[in-house]
Amino acid sequence: MDLLLSLLIILAKSLGILVVLLVLVAYYILADRKIWAAVQLRRGPNVVGPWGVWQSFADMIKFLVKEPIIPDGANKGVFLIAPLVTATLALAAWAVIPVNEGWAVANLNVGVLYIFAISSLGVYGIIMGGWASNSKYPFLAALRSAAQMVSYEVSIGFVIITVLLCAGSLNLTDIVLAQDTKWGFLGWYWLPLFPMFVIFFVSALAETNRPPFDLVEAESELVAGFMVEYSASQYLLFMLGEYVAIVTMCALLTILFFGGWLPPVNIAPFTWVPGVVWFVLKVSWFFFLFAMVKAFVPRYRYDQLMRLGWKVFLPISLVAVIVVAAVLEFVVKVGQ
Amino acid sequence: MTLAAAFFYLFSIVTIASAVMVISARNPVHSVLFLILAFVNAAGLFLLTGAEFLAMILVVVYVGAVAVLFLFVVMMLDVDFAELKQGFLQYLPVGMLVGLVVLVELITVIGVWSVAPQAALNTPTPANLSNTEAIGRVLYTQYVYLFQAAGFVLLTAMIGAIVLTLQHRKNVRRQNIAEQNARTRASAIEVKKVPSRAGV
Repeated sequence: MDLLLSLLIILAKSLGILVVLLVLVAYYILADRKIWAAVQLRRGPNVVGPWGVWQSFADMIKFLVKEPIIPDGANKGVFLIAPLVTATLALAAWAVIPVNEGWAVANLNVGVLYIFAISSLGVYGIIMGGWASNSKYPFLAALRSAAQMVSYEVSIGFVIITVLLCAGSLNLTDIVLAQDTKWGFLGWYWLPLFPMFVIFFVSALAETNRPPFDLVEAESELVAGFMVEYSASQYLLFMLGEYVAIVTMCALLTILFFGGWLPPVNIAPFTWVPGVVWFVLKVSWFFFLFAMVKAFVPRYRYDQLMRLGWKVFLPISLVAVIVVAAVLEFVVKVGQ
Repeated sequence: MTLAAAFFYLFSIVTIASAVMVISARNPVHSVLFLILAFVNAAGLFLLTGAEFLAMILVVVYVGAVAVLFLFVVMMLDVDFAELKQGFLQYLPVGMLVGLVVLVELITVIGVWSVAPQAALNTPTPANLSNTEAIGRVLYTQYVYLFQAAGFVLLTAMIGAIVLTLQHRKNVRRQNIAEQNARTRASAIEVKKVPSRAGV
């Protein structure tokens, strides 16, 4: 009976975070389009509901009731599983993300590694989708984006290691608590690890295939990427997975560098605000940055993208791991 | 039946089933996908025994990196699957013989393998020490030379692979970013006074 109860509690928690997350993502998509439009002096979606607030839901219903088309030569099983893999993995990452102290579905000791593992699996949805479509353009696009995601994962890994060295834990909650100092937002890791913060932000853009690294969907060169042959709810799942992955990256930036749910200053009016509000505010701020980058940075060429990943970010982050470890050992003297 | 046992049977059944599918699937890409499923479920088994660090590393390294390369290679291979399967029955007796020999060897090896009951009982489980920390402590103290040696072997293999595959083709126009950035206004722009009706 206890077993059933604990299972039910886990189920309720997961369902709760999923519902909140999906509604948030719906509005982030709208915000993305609105910000993009505002930069280009357009109005953006403004027809469905006041200021277009129901736009994302209208889009969702449209995708759900459309007829799914499966190409004749497609490998049916893999073709249908691929979008499910993308969406499920993107959502699974949220099992360990703490939105407030103790507010995580699973408080894993290896939370960072779990997220890293899940995001490295995300590439499978893309490869499977591109291959199963049995068509040249999706396949080429899948190969390109898989290579891109694998490359930038390496530098993300090294950046995460520098944060882990400072925090001394793989647990996401402990990483946030390690940033809780008397200096408020100056004690968060974005300041001492500023170069790593920038590298993580840019790599997160590349990892989630956002502009200026959106070579997956470079419509001028590759039609529309690996999802050319997808329609209706399968396409919806791909897009959902992509946006959830973006929000996950914003949440990771918040946790690793911006103190998670901690208030920026440890004095009265700020400490009254619940932690989860700070968390959502910080995630929204990073999403705003993602949207702004999408609006005003031109797309990279593919060889330049690879050069940036392997020849610039990888050496810098590798050296940074050594430097941070040396500073912690000889200057700060942690654990003594 | 406890929850852990239920998950153990789930993970092991899926692992074994997908391992069987790896060899029996018609399409090699399906084989690799089943291999990945087997890896993920093996990671689940690691989790059940409390080796959470190993489980995550298994997923990151094998599933996230090695299997992606496998998948790349298999997808790009242009193999006629029907032709490949033709000699399958012909080689079956030989294959079964090899399998039988390996099985007998495994049984004889594991059959005489006895774990001292005291050794299994008295293994101290360090309190307040997470899995990751425990591995890190032995890896970087007791086994540091072996660990470094393994690192050197991998580094040598990596350099070897790069040397074997790297070829600099001449007559290919390459972009040198440092050179481009080093250009100044003086070296890049020339202002010419164009005389009327004469051109440059």
